Amino acid sequence: MTLQWIAIRNLMRRRGKAAFILAGLVIGIGTAVGIVSYVNAVTHDILHKLEQYGANILIVPRTENLALSYGGLSLGGVSFELEELRESELAALASIPNAGNIAALGPMVLGVAAVEGRRILMAGVDFSAAGILKPWWEVRGRIPAQDEVLLGAEAARVLNLGIGDRLPVGGRSLAIAGVLAPTGSQDDHLAFTNLADAQAAFDKPGRISMAEVAALCKDCPIEEMVLQISAALPRAKVMAIQQVVQSRMEMLAQFKKFAYGISAVVLLIGSLVVLVTMMGSVRERTDEIGIFRAIGFRRSHIMRIVFLEAGLLSLLAGVLGYGLGLAAVQVALSASAEGHAVHLPLSPETALGALALALSLGLLASAYPAALAARMDPNDALRSL
Amino acid sequence: MAVIVAENLVKTFGRGESAVAAVAGISFRIEPGEFVSIMGESGAGKSTLLGMIGAMNTPSSGRLVVDDIDVYALPLEQQADFRREYLGFVFQGFHLVPYLTVLENVMLPLAVSGRGKKEKRGMAVAALSQVGLAEKARRLPGEISGGEKERVAVARAIVNAPPVLLADEPTGNLDSRNSAEIMAMFRRLNGSGMTILMVTHSRDCAVHARRRMIVSDGRLVSDRSATVAPELAAAPPAPGRVASTARCFAP
Repeated sequence: MTLQWIAIRNLMRRRGKAAFILAGLVIGIGTAVGIVSYVNAVTHDILHKLEQYGANILIVPRTENLALSYGGLSLGGVSFELEELRESELAALASIPNAGNIAALGPMVLGVAAVEGRRILMAGVDFSAAGILKPWWEVRGRIPAQDEVLLGAEAARVLNLGIGDRLPVGGRSLAIAGVLAPTGSQDDHLAFTNLADAQAAFDKPGRISMAEVAALCKDCPIEEMVLQISAALPRAKVMAIQQVVQSRMEMLAQFKKFAYGISAVVLLIGSLVVLVTMMGSVRERTDEIGIFRAIGFRRSHIMRIVFLEAGLLSLLAGVLGYGLGLAAVQVALSASAEGHAVHLPLSPETALGALALALSLGLLASAYPAALAARMDPNDALRSL
Repeated sequence: MAVIVAENLVKTFGRGESAVAAVAGISFRIEPGEFVSIMGESGAGKSTLLGMIGAMNTPSSGRLVVDDIDVYALPLEQQADFRREYLGFVFQGFHLVPYLTVLENVMLPLAVSGRGKKEKRGMAVAALSQVGLAEKARRLPGEISGGEKERVAVARAIVNAPPVLLADEPTGNLDSRNSAEIMAMFRRLNGSGMTILMVTHSRDCAVHARRRMIVSDGRLVSDRSATVAPELAAAPPAPGRVASTARCFAP
């Protein structure tokens, strides 16, 4: 015979009340786990989708010149009076603290080529990175191999060239492997070729004009990434494309606030269910508590019995609530998958958090009923019967 | 062995003009091994007095000293320890915990004693044997008779061998046969040296005690030793085989 045994036997006897408390906590914990897991899953999914938005950090050579362009109009040639970066310098990005957040790095060399009396801006790029950095590209034909070129829609129209034609650049003749569908961006006016081909054509071996970075910083501000890259590349000017990044993060933050607010309300209701039911249970047990006190149980022993009961139910509620929450999220994600599978993260932190939350809420909500039980005067308790 | 000394115990309920003194200045000294009955009409203050002796009802004034311990000067938690170590209670009504078995009910006072599981079980089985109910150890209170419930309550009160047993109308809910069994049990316990204070309405029960107190309007109006009738003073029969001449029942 121990206090634990008394608590267990009482729970078994008052199954209805125990089930009610359990249900209140399970719903609360299940909702919280469900919402947290849903937020994590959706955040993960959104971030994954956001990667497809392309570059959000630009790395350009540092310059003391002022910009000579405004509203899309620029004075030709001025922009290229820059000291270019060395391609090898970009290796330093691998050592920044948030290197893991870099989804893609796209070096680019720019040069002007003359084609049948017209000038065209040519960009040498890493086409494998471009797939991430410019996910909106729709290529008719194929991605260029060595000595091949990809024309922007407007460039192809103006030069009257198409797939299979050849483009003479710097004494070399590049085959047109593909043409971009109109993007509505500056890319429509460019010709893209492999980085190495462009470096050779413009006599800029190992040099780049700029680099684009697709960075996702889920747990840190994008400004931090910019600072880290700036520190790694002292000769470069690093700029975040703030609007895109901020809107991404604000959207996630708003979603989280809303979801956590709902969780808090449901948990509060669950705690009130525990409080009210435990109060009723304690009042119902006046006789027992009177006997316990009369035969020498201390107030602390009575409190321990109430807390043991609440603790046992809370732990069970934590386990059940975690399972229920995950199951609900799985159902919700399946229903709203929109044609693609959303990964449901099973994290031990969430499981432990659910148990800790259940235990904290159960014990906290039982504190007043436990104190009420402990304060019961044995003489009054027995006389009132 | 405990010497109980009550010094001018007073218990008042209410305040001002509506104040009622349930116990209005009672003093006595009880030596170890005495069997004392406390009688009186309903509302005379008997149960209030017993509650005060049981460290459950703080007096408005006066002192209760047991073995040189000023009981009500102790902090509340130590008063609980005092009850556990010094006192066994048999309540008016059985007051068994309905979801615990007979054995578990008897083990209750040992739950916070720090003893080992086997020792607790052994003590509870021994107490149940003393009241003749060892074979019903696994039953729930709802599965035994009223007389058996009272015997379980007695077993619970004596399980940790307290020096003092307090009983409040222990036969109030029993028929004459079961009442006689309980009284026989009390005489046996008293014979083994346990001090017993028993509140009762019944003269037939009170005659088992060697000292009889009468309380009226909160005052001790009579406190005298008495001779126990030879047929009652004789060696008590074993539980379940009470002589039919032993009569003790509530009015």
